[in-house]
Amino acid sequence: MTFLIDRRSNPKQKSAVNRQRFLRRYRHRIRRAVAENLRGRLITEGGRGEKISIPTRDTSEPVFRHGPGGTVTHVVPGNEEFTRGDRIARPRGPGSGGSGRASNEGEGLDEFVFQINQREFLDALFDDMELPNLTKRQLSGLEEFKRVKGGFASDGAPSNMSVVRSMRSATARRIALGASKRSALRELEKTLEELPENDDNRAARAGLEEQIQALREQLARIPFIDDVDIRYHRHIQEPIPHSKAVMFCLMDVSGSMDQYTKDLAKRFYILLYLFLSRNYDRTEVVFIRHHTTAKEVDEEEFFTSRETGGTVVSSALELMQSVIEARFPSSEWNIYGAQASDGDNWPDDARRSSAALQHLLPLCQYYAYIEITQSGDKPLWHTYSQLREQWPETFAMQHISGPKDIYPVFHELFRKQSA
Amino acid sequence: MSRKPLSTESDWTFDLLRDYEREIARIAEHFQLDTYPNQIEVISSEQMMDAYASSGMPINYHHWSFGKHYLSIENSYRRGHMGLAYEIVFNSSPCIAYLMEENTLTMQALVIAHASYGHNAFFKNNYLFRTWTDAESIIDYMLFARKFIAECERRHGFDAVEATLDACHALMMHGVDRYKRPHPISLHEEKRRQREREKLLQQQVNDLWRTIPGAPQDKDAALEARFPAEPQENILYFLEKHAPLLEPWQREVIRIVRKVAQYLYPQRQTKVMNEGWACFWHFHILHELYREGLVTDGFMLEFLQYHTAVIYQPPFNSPHYSGVNPYTLGYAMMQDLKRICEAPTAEDRQWFPDIAGSPWRETLDFAMRDFKDESFILQFLSPQLIRELKLFSVLDDDARDYLEVTAIHDEWGYQSIRESLSASYDLGNQEPAIQVYNVNMRGDRALTLRHDMQHGRPLDADSAVQVIEHLQRLWGFEVILESAQDGEVKSRITHSELRA
Repeated sequence: MTFLIDRRSNPKQKSAVNRQRFLRRYRHRIRRAVAENLRGRLITEGGRGEKISIPTRDTSEPVFRHGPGGTVTHVVPGNEEFTRGDRIARPRGPGSGGSGRASNEGEGLDEFVFQINQREFLDALFDDMELPNLTKRQLSGLEEFKRVKGGFASDGAPSNMSVVRSMRSATARRIALGASKRSALRELEKTLEELPENDDNRAARAGLEEQIQALREQLARIPFIDDVDIRYHRHIQEPIPHSKAVMFCLMDVSGSMDQYTKDLAKRFYILLYLFLSRNYDRTEVVFIRHHTTAKEVDEEEFFTSRETGGTVVSSALELMQSVIEARFPSSEWNIYGAQASDGDNWPDDARRSSAALQHLLPLCQYYAYIEITQSGDKPLWHTYSQLREQWPETFAMQHISGPKDIYPVFHELFRKQSA
Repeated sequence: MSRKPLSTESDWTFDLLRDYEREIARIAEHFQLDTYPNQIEVISSEQMMDAYASSGMPINYHHWSFGKHYLSIENSYRRGHMGLAYEIVFNSSPCIAYLMEENTLTMQALVIAHASYGHNAFFKNNYLFRTWTDAESIIDYMLFARKFIAECERRHGFDAVEATLDACHALMMHGVDRYKRPHPISLHEEKRRQREREKLLQQQVNDLWRTIPGAPQDKDAALEARFPAEPQENILYFLEKHAPLLEPWQREVIRIVRKVAQYLYPQRQTKVMNEGWACFWHFHILHELYREGLVTDGFMLEFLQYHTAVIYQPPFNSPHYSGVNPYTLGYAMMQDLKRICEAPTAEDRQWFPDIAGSPWRETLDFAMRDFKDESFILQFLSPQLIRELKLFSVLDDDARDYLEVTAIHDEWGYQSIRESLSASYDLGNQEPAIQVYNVNMRGDRALTLRHDMQHGRPLDADSAVQVIEHLQRLWGFEVILESAQDGEVKSRITHSELRA
């Protein structure tokens, strides 16, 4: 007796659970490796999977086994030259020929290398981080709808016709229209039956039969199905709630910002973008660069083009304000701002940019300012520090001096608040 | 007799598989292969990797180490470093065999003959499997084990269960009864007993806790007496019954790992025979199909290519060499047995007086039923085969700085090679012999294990230390591992001194 079964359609990855157990066990290492790997990434690479390596020793499963030494006799195939009593120099190192059981437990400093997928990568990357004030605005955008059944209608496309409903109303109509005629018919038939069949009654019977015949014809004329009976399935469009966020990248592109500083800023934006897209169904990005004037640009231009000149931060903040007003009403969008700068600002602009940010912060879910600088505090830092106390929930600022700071700073900014 | 071939193309369909299976079953019956019912399952390569990872069990509990195996298999498979096996077969009734969907039709036919009839017959009839495993109940038991461990994880947390399982896995090879045969019990019975055990075990953990003072005259005797009275080979069993600090659920987890080890134990002892037997039968069954005209020349050429690749033995000086190929050795020995039965030479008559010229079918059946690798080789490795494989033995003595060739394929070497090769398949030689030797009953409850060194072979210190850590976690008190040769202790690992 044999059974032949096609198992291919079974859920794959029975081991998915075991895989998660493995990742869980080594999550600290994975997180470290992920943070490390992030350095060499481009924004276009987004959150693809990553190769992780862990020293084999740490993942080994020890058992009692023989170590080198003692006397062992190996039996080996393929003798070509040896005879009894031959002496062979002991081969050096593991795995060399001559030894029947070459060390198959090669346990050196080898790395256990494996691939994690995009989701696991992001999980590790954003482990124990969260978006602040996320609950405040889980808003629904209304661009997408799904069709749901919404009862029945008396008009519609033929393909949507509901046969059961149509037949039901047809039956109802037939019963209603024919009811009086049918009871009259029954009466007449009864009378006819009770009337004895003899010559006296012949005329009466003929009259009755005529009436019966007429009624039958009338009943037959009631249509089996009529236009008024037909019912159609009705579909209504129901909006699908979507949470959406817009992320404003603000960057100073004045002469003082060199390529290195821009790269650091870029990496920060990548992280923020990945993080937002994990939390929201839709994430839009607006790039605003500024020197003395601000301009909305595309990603390419944002990171590559260079300008010279002074720095007026308020120009960018005001542009952000107007973009929000024009395109991203804060009632519908979760707004995040991320500003990167080397900290320079036109001295006269301090008051103005402070005021501009004061207007912006109530609109934003979160606004992060990172200052990329080797030296101490810069003018903009001073300007913003006053705001920090006023808006502890929505405003945060951090220093970055090199690539290795980016992830820790990001981590710090979005650390899970233990409530 | 020429019939219409079953198929002429190389892609398989379920109908064709059914046709082939029917014909193979007919031929297997003709050869009197006694098998469990078959359950053949077609799976994808991913599912094959899953099956690989859960250590040869169709169902297993969850553990990170299986995830690790899966990742490393996936890794080498994706990079093309490794091909996947064409099949996996489980010792269960019905006998479950997995066929990969990527296989060609020829390969599927080969695999059906190999696994569903070859291995299957071996599982059903070899004495080790008959004695130690219960094919009927294994799936049920593993289902129970998986549920139980999942329940433990829910109740006691992932980390606690993981730590216990890690420790058990480290001692898995020493969780086997080598001599006494346990009685198979049903799933229902197993569940009932598990609840009963949980209650009872904790009450009567052991004499370790006994504080009632004994009569004074016993004192000297008690000091002399060891506990356990006889050394115990099954370390996991000893821990399950006697470790003082374990929770009831931990004892049950130990038991589960022990059961799995016991179930897999015969497979480790019959690798050569099992594969040899299966190769022998796929070879004969497919040739029979060919003789009857049911398969084409192209089918046979493809089959022979797979077959020769599987049974290829690279010589010791080849870069591909990684020990004696069990497929080669097993298949060659089975074929050689058939040859000795059918066309014995004078040499065969001298070496195998009782089987030379006997009916081959019965002789092979006898060899398959009543032997394991070690005894099979010791009994049936013929001089002719030693010559064919050009076997030679090399003595590796760490007291000398050279290796010595002690025997080659000549008149003086046959017996010695046979014995050495047989000994190398003795699990007692492959794995260190470690037993529970003593528990200090009157003092610190230290557990002493004794490693009986064979041929002066020491333990790998690095891994031994790690295993001792695991062992200590289960035992809860001091653990000492002694390596002794001829009753004299050569080295000692003491847990409490490890951290110092």
